[in-house]
Amino acid sequence: MPRGRRRTEFLMLIFAVAVVVFAYGSVGLGLNGKLPAGMAEYCGGFAVLILVAHFAVRRFAPWADPLMLPLATLLNGLGIVMIYRLQEVGRNGNPGSLSVPMSASATAIQLMYTAIGIAGFIGVLALIREPRVLQRYTYTFGAIGLILLAIPALLPSHISEVPGTGAKIQLAIGGFSIQPEEFAKLALAVFFAGYLVAKRDVLALAGRRFLGIDLPRARDLGPVLIAWAASLLVLVFESDIGTSALFFGLFVVMIYVATQRTSWLLIGIALFVFGSVAASRLFGHVGERFDIWLHPFTGSNPSGNAYQLVQGLYGMGYGGVLGRGLGGGQPYFTPLVQSDFIVTAFGEEIGLTGLMALLIIYGLIVQRGLRAAISTRDPFAKLLAGGLAFVLALQVFVIVGGVTRLIPLTGITTPFLSQGGSSLVASWMMIGMLMRISDTARRPPPQAIQDEGMTQVVRIG
Amino acid sequence: MSTLTLLLIRLAFLAILWLFVIAAVGVVRTDMFGTSGAGRKAGRQRQPQRPRPSRPARGGRGEAHRLLVTSGALVGTSLGLTDQQITVGRANDATLVLNDDYASSRHARLFPQDGQWIVEDLGSTNGTYLDRQKVTQPTPVPVGVPIRIGKTVLELRR
Repeated sequence: MPRGRRRTEFLMLIFAVAVVVFAYGSVGLGLNGKLPAGMAEYCGGFAVLILVAHFAVRRFAPWADPLMLPLATLLNGLGIVMIYRLQEVGRNGNPGSLSVPMSASATAIQLMYTAIGIAGFIGVLALIREPRVLQRYTYTFGAIGLILLAIPALLPSHISEVPGTGAKIQLAIGGFSIQPEEFAKLALAVFFAGYLVAKRDVLALAGRRFLGIDLPRARDLGPVLIAWAASLLVLVFESDIGTSALFFGLFVVMIYVATQRTSWLLIGIALFVFGSVAASRLFGHVGERFDIWLHPFTGSNPSGNAYQLVQGLYGMGYGGVLGRGLGGGQPYFTPLVQSDFIVTAFGEEIGLTGLMALLIIYGLIVQRGLRAAISTRDPFAKLLAGGLAFVLALQVFVIVGGVTRLIPLTGITTPFLSQGGSSLVASWMMIGMLMRISDTARRPPPQAIQDEGMTQVVRIG
Repeated sequence: MSTLTLLLIRLAFLAILWLFVIAAVGVVRTDMFGTSGAGRKAGRQRQPQRPRPSRPARGGRGEAHRLLVTSGALVGTSLGLTDQQITVGRANDATLVLNDDYASSRHARLFPQDGQWIVEDLGSTNGTYLDRQKVTQPTPVPVGVPIRIGKTVLELRR
């Protein structure tokens, strides 16, 4: 029985905002013993933004999934709360100092980015009324994606380098910086979906069986090799392992979803392992990442290269199962804790228990995205939703796996939580796209023009 | 702020965070199984033990809410049932567009009548099968009985 379920969404939104308000209040109580100064303004502003988003969904996508907006709201709100908590470090009598200082208005700026993100979300819902209109611009989106990806590599490093990391991934003009890769991710997901819908039959059917695996023909390997080469170029010229893993993973999974052939996954994994091992031998900064990952506590690593990772691990250890309470930890010891390492700040202050809840919330967003992919009937939208949901999961896996030392650490943003506008806006646009696809999937079939019986009266002449 | 108060706030925050997660999972659950109608709930309460296997031949008056594809290229797709008829076939204007070489353009239709769903073959080449029976005339479809169209299998679900 299809129902809009906007009431459920509204109730869940109230719940999400309440959790955020509670968290915001408890940061102040944990730090100074009193409620934070601008609490009413910040929480009120956030609630108004979310309300606007909710009414936009009612207007533009009434059949969309009821859960995506509340889940994204909660993550975004908790991100703002943590940024407020880190902004207070070293201010108003609170201890500590951050390695990369935050401005006194970081929370307000993050709230402003949230507003832009919600505007992007509404824009996607309002402009793209049917997912398939994007299919017409497959190659346009491919070109946009590649250009966005390549821009930082071509610019001089004082514009494109992120201070303190050596990664060339941003465009810094004036006081503002944007990271084009976040948007490139969306554009390339559209491109891959459009390309694979057109080409999937040849990729799926041609080829022969070997050892129980369907191998593709050599000439059909072209696209996957090009994607692999492009991701390696990103790795070499932008020193950004995370992004290159993200793009290659996105392509491999979408080709797998399109063709249902395991061989693509195996080929992709083999290429990626080969590429990263070769890169770690050839390029110093990649080899260093492997060293940090494997031997963080050896020799001079804990106070040198691996300092950030080790501090993050100590932070999470200090937090333990229940955490130190919001405002009660010492996350400021970890460099860049407000962007790449915000997960360790959460681990320290809300503990394993809270971090698990956050990961489940990510998992639920991914599940809703895959659900939309399964239930939609348009193959292009199916692939796009699957790809977007997967890339969110992969991004969370790469950064959380990195800071917890499961895989080599690579600096990418945590969707919705990290400080920074590009990631937030791109994540909201992605939620907008997923909700558009789920709206099309859940919309009841169109009404017949006239309610004809078994026979139909036709007027002649 | 005493340590005890802070401890209570910390635990309370974790508790409401997890309550949110549980509520979200609850929404996912109702989305999967549906919460339509207090009648069904009341019925469940009145006879709490109903472990016997569901009989597919139960009339299913107004009970089917979804049409689920259980096999074929579109497996997993589900359509909500309204009071409108559902056409199935390869034609682009069908309600359920099949990408199935063994289906005809306008293969079959399902329509509600007196609280039952009826399947009717629209003169397809390979025929429509309800369970094992070929559909030669409009036939009522009980909930949970497979309808075979080409390589695709559909089922009505509650």
